Amino acid sequence: MIKKLTSVIEWSTLLLSTGIVCLFLIIILWDLISKGAPSLSWEFVSTLPREGMTKGGILPAIIGTVLLTMITALVAVPFGISCAIYLNEYASDNWVTRLIRASIRNLAGVPSIIYGLFGLALFVQGLQMGTSLLSAGFTLGLLSLPYIIITTEEALRRIPASTREAALAVGATQFESIVDVVLPSALPGILTGVVLTLSRAAGETAPILFTGVAFYINNPSGFINQEFMSLPYHLYMLSTQHQAIEEVRPLAYGTALVLIIVVFLLNLTAFYIRYKHSKNE
Amino acid sequence: MQLRARERIDHSVKLLVKTTGFLVIAILGGIFFMLLWNTAAFFLKIKPMDFITGTQWNPSGNPATYGILPLLVSTCLVTLGAMVIAIPLGIGTASFLSEYAGKRLKNILKPIIEMLAAVPSVAIGFLGIVILGPGIAQLTGQPNGLNALNGAILLAVMALPTIITVAEDALHGVPHMYKEASYAVGASKWKTLIYVTIPAAAPGILAAVMLGVGRAIGETMTVLMATGNASAFPKGFFNSVRTITATIAIEMGEVPYQTTHYYSLFAIAAVLFLITLAVNLLGEHYVNKFRKYHSA
Repeated sequence: MIKKLTSVIEWSTLLLSTGIVCLFLIIILWDLISKGAPSLSWEFVSTLPREGMTKGGILPAIIGTVLLTMITALVAVPFGISCAIYLNEYASDNWVTRLIRASIRNLAGVPSIIYGLFGLALFVQGLQMGTSLLSAGFTLGLLSLPYIIITTEEALRRIPASTREAALAVGATQFESIVDVVLPSALPGILTGVVLTLSRAAGETAPILFTGVAFYINNPSGFINQEFMSLPYHLYMLSTQHQAIEEVRPLAYGTALVLIIVVFLLNLTAFYIRYKHSKNE
Repeated sequence: MQLRARERIDHSVKLLVKTTGFLVIAILGGIFFMLLWNTAAFFLKIKPMDFITGTQWNPSGNPATYGILPLLVSTCLVTLGAMVIAIPLGIGTASFLSEYAGKRLKNILKPIIEMLAAVPSVAIGFLGIVILGPGIAQLTGQPNGLNALNGAILLAVMALPTIITVAEDALHGVPHMYKEASYAVGASKWKTLIYVTIPAAAPGILAAVMLGVGRAIGETMTVLMATGNASAFPKGFFNSVRTITATIAIEMGEVPYQTTHYYSLFAIAAVLFLITLAVNLLGEHYVNKFRKYHSA
């Protein structure tokens, strides 16, 4: 009897910690949805802010985040996939390869604010690109790069050597075997990694603080050489820097909800690709 | 297409992908060089000892002081608090996932943990202001709950997914025969977990903790929003603190280019870089140790 009781108690401590972790997510979602949903409307996502941000919508911030994420993808995806191909398909195991791998692991651990400083020093000041959508996109591209390389390489590694050898045996060059055989079979894995990485980049704030984000611009269809608005920065400013913080709180909740919907939609897409792929195998 | 042409394409592609591989080293080298260069410019004006042992960070004061200690202590305080919360919860959850949960429950819990990892840091910081802050204020009778404790709890939430995932992998990697040997001598499931599985997975769990620490130390937006950012020397968990990351975020936007103050922010970033580098290398060391130990 006592033995049974202690085993139940032991069990419950583990169950409790798992429950607390789940509770964190429930609280986050519950609070954002219950208080953010009333602010959501077609007007909120399709109009410009008005009257010193106390009214109106967040359209420029949505457009800014979408454009920023696209530039990030344009920089990080080709670069990252190419690097992963080199590491998995071409590189021999020598000290240079080990140095590249060590660099990737270290880049993945560099704090995001340091990428912000690097973007400021390299793109904004060094290459004279100014504080702009392009500078911020390049900075986020660098930040995303190690994750794309790591996930792509993992996907490539899962393709058996026999697949490559079959292509080579019928006369394909190595390049042809990679493009026509290896990449198509690794595509679902690569896509999952890319989408997850981009969802992370879309929510990042620290790297764009000094590289181009602005609290207010009046022209949402701005060019890539101009400053831009973004959802995470908008949320930060509305909740900490606005002169009428209590008054704009509903707008902040609305912005937070839109941001989290964007991020979760990207995540669900990735989960779906992974799920479909695992079923096919 | 002619074979010669195909081979030429093959060759140039090989060169191209090789270049991208080398560029990765260049990026890390570039970050390192940028920090080093600007830190050197800073130390030309301020004595290194004043920077390392100074207890006051007040670059706009007269005379300006650039002591990193209050920032460093703030960062450590918040990270320590986060780990006190996240390590037991993380190991508990990882043990539950790996040893007790069935396949069905796992399929529900794992996406939950991935969703938690996906929540942007700025959204967690926002909830620190609107939920946790008022909650802490009510319990302690302070005007607002923006202090080290608030930041620590939020950072724990952010570090938990990393800790759980890596620790679960480690627990899962412990060979079955260890557990079976323990059951065979009559140990219960719990005793086996505490005295056999967790000790056998210890290097992997340490790696999980290190990666969690690395994540917490480098986090910017959450601490920037939730800890109040008072620049005084930190006194404890119920006081407002200002971490290295928050200081960079607040001050970089305002300083004129190439002033001592500007360089000083790169100097504290260099310290942050070195700390995260050390923590991540230590984590990697434990991962390798764990792999070697169990493949033998």
